[in-house]
Amino acid sequence: MLGDDKYFLGVDVGSVSTNIVLLGQDNTVKESLYLRTQGRPMQIIQEGIRLLRSKIGKSAEIIGVGTTGSARQLAATLLGADVIKNEITAHAVAASRVNPQVQTILEIGGQDSKIIILRDGVVSDFAMNTVCAAGTGSFLDQQASRLGIKIEEFGHLALEAKNPVRIAGRCSVFAESDMIHKQQLGHSLPDILAGLCQAMVRNYLNNVGKNKEIRGPIFFQGGVAANPGICKAFEEELGQSIIVPENYNVMGALGAAYLAQEKVGLRQDIRTQFRGLNLGDTQFQAKSFDCKGCANRCEVVEIAQDGKSLARWGDRCGKWSVVGVPSPGTRGEETKEEQRGA
Amino acid sequence: MKVTFPHMGNAWIVIQTLFESLNVEVVVPPFNSKRTLNLGTKLSPESACLPLKLNLGNYIEAANEGADTIVITGGIGPCRFGYYGEVERQILIDSGYNYEVVTLEPPDGSLLGLAKRIRFLAGTKNSWAKILMAMRFAYLKSVALDRVEDLIHAARPRLSNPALTEKLYEKAKEQLVQAMTEKRVKDTVAWVQESIRERQEGLNTESVKPLRIGIIGEIYTILDPFSSVGIEEELGRLGVEVDRSIYLSGWVGNHIFRGLAPGYRSIKSYPKHAKPFLPHFVGGHGIETVGAAVKFAREGYDGIIQVFPLSCMPEIVAASVLPKVQDAYKIPIMTLIVDEHTGHAGIQTRLEAYVDMLERARLLQESIQTREGVLSVGG
Repeated sequence: MLGDDKYFLGVDVGSVSTNIVLLGQDNTVKESLYLRTQGRPMQIIQEGIRLLRSKIGKSAEIIGVGTTGSARQLAATLLGADVIKNEITAHAVAASRVNPQVQTILEIGGQDSKIIILRDGVVSDFAMNTVCAAGTGSFLDQQASRLGIKIEEFGHLALEAKNPVRIAGRCSVFAESDMIHKQQLGHSLPDILAGLCQAMVRNYLNNVGKNKEIRGPIFFQGGVAANPGICKAFEEELGQSIIVPENYNVMGALGAAYLAQEKVGLRQDIRTQFRGLNLGDTQFQAKSFDCKGCANRCEVVEIAQDGKSLARWGDRCGKWSVVGVPSPGTRGEETKEEQRGA
Repeated sequence: MKVTFPHMGNAWIVIQTLFESLNVEVVVPPFNSKRTLNLGTKLSPESACLPLKLNLGNYIEAANEGADTIVITGGIGPCRFGYYGEVERQILIDSGYNYEVVTLEPPDGSLLGLAKRIRFLAGTKNSWAKILMAMRFAYLKSVALDRVEDLIHAARPRLSNPALTEKLYEKAKEQLVQAMTEKRVKDTVAWVQESIRERQEGLNTESVKPLRIGIIGEIYTILDPFSSVGIEEELGRLGVEVDRSIYLSGWVGNHIFRGLAPGYRSIKSYPKHAKPFLPHFVGGHGIETVGAAVKFAREGYDGIIQVFPLSCMPEIVAASVLPKVQDAYKIPIMTLIVDEHTGHAGIQTRLEAYVDMLERARLLQESIQTREGVLSVGG
């Protein structure tokens, strides 16, 4: 129990993990949750809120909410967010609050990887992987399960390597066949894992980090930062030390919480839009339909709570985005209904 | 003979006008959509670039509406587009479509050969004088279309209701489709200006200084909103005024009229601007991309976004030169690569982050002495 206090809530809903951070008014992280999204963001957000409620007790009050991640809009609708921000800004804000001197952020998540360059505390450049997801957390996950090891053990095993093998890192499909080839020749598991770490780092620096001036202090954040094998490979390749911040796996959520604090916390005239901690017990429904209004054929999504429409998006013209427009069923649109929620 | 052509943004309005004023029957293919892309992808080599896939999709959709002749422009130099006319002809034959393909280019440098092709399309009933008149009118319409488009670029971040701005744009395009006299064309541009002025009244537009971003890159993808996943509209909604390195009439003026007509935003000066960074031709519009980046930077734009289809060689060359421009002028340049994926989320995240970065840099500049709190840091 954290007792009677006021908090800011930051939520980062990514492809692989959903992270929730509770930030105290004294700028300390009071609670952080790292949950697997498992393809069901709505349920996991609700589950996270239920978990949070059980931890912080009834007297706690949420006074500001920020969301980020690829499902930031969905999360914002469910929670009633005060700030909705992209992941890059959120990660940069969190890092520069933890250490204002940071000049480079390496971030590797489940499906994407990014590099953020800061100068004097301001983002001056960034890049994200574009048409390929090779070398992200999902691939490491996949390889760990293929080799029958836990992802948590991956990095520690890699550190035991005496003579890392060379693995082609350009494409994850080729990397996998290269790994299998080396494994069948009899190379040891740690050598193969260390080789994979090096290949991933090379791939990251050649693609995402291309043309970027990487200066220290360097922060390494995102789920993959838990892997000491990758950290070591980065340090070797860059010839500089890498800092993995304390809350490395929830930095996006932390950034969102800081942004909420910035927007709501310091002002008396703005009250939070937060829908309350008991939203974990209500029913959310998601429904999607193809609008037939024009040739764009937009796929519109509608989110409803206990039958009441909360938000719609996906339309380019804005016809459906305004809540209050009669539901599509009454207009003779095709609907693909899907019931979700707790 | 029923003529059709590939889509490229608003180009259809100009091409339709050209053929209609020559009394040649023309089929405008249905607009680029996911269906177009699916149809085209089935027939295309996997490694071909996005424009080829969309072109083929256009032809198949047009064939369903009775088209039997395709007009496409050609090109020289190391960009694949130059031989797409021929590649497309062969793919269509192999797939059982009975299309005549006319590539508008001087075959082996022969202007007489080009004249013969134009004569074939225009038939015997049109005199050369009439053909030239029709081309001139189509060109004027194309300049007007570009002016309207640029007015919309400026209106998007400034006017309050984005849906109304898009409606105005659609309506203006409709009017330009109908306009068959020079006066009607001019009136449409004036009407758009007037409508924007009316809607600006009551708004305090003086205090609004939108960020300015220059869009550069491969011509097809930057002219075609379906290919560029609508980034101009999206940036407008994020409060950004965009400009573009190449407009249709600027390209037509240079490419087809050999520089005799400048068009809107003439592309003539780009090679000169590019020279310190890329002194020679690399195919496609690589040199124009670099030159335009330099020009935008010199004009004090806040940012530059390069867009090109995956595997586009000239733009890859340009992309590797752009960091030098970025360093020299201290202007952030972002590169977006588009391909078959129609998902919006990835592009959206990058655009938002980019705009955020520019906004915060500006915010910081404005309040350099009172720098406290997160909003002024972290980009």
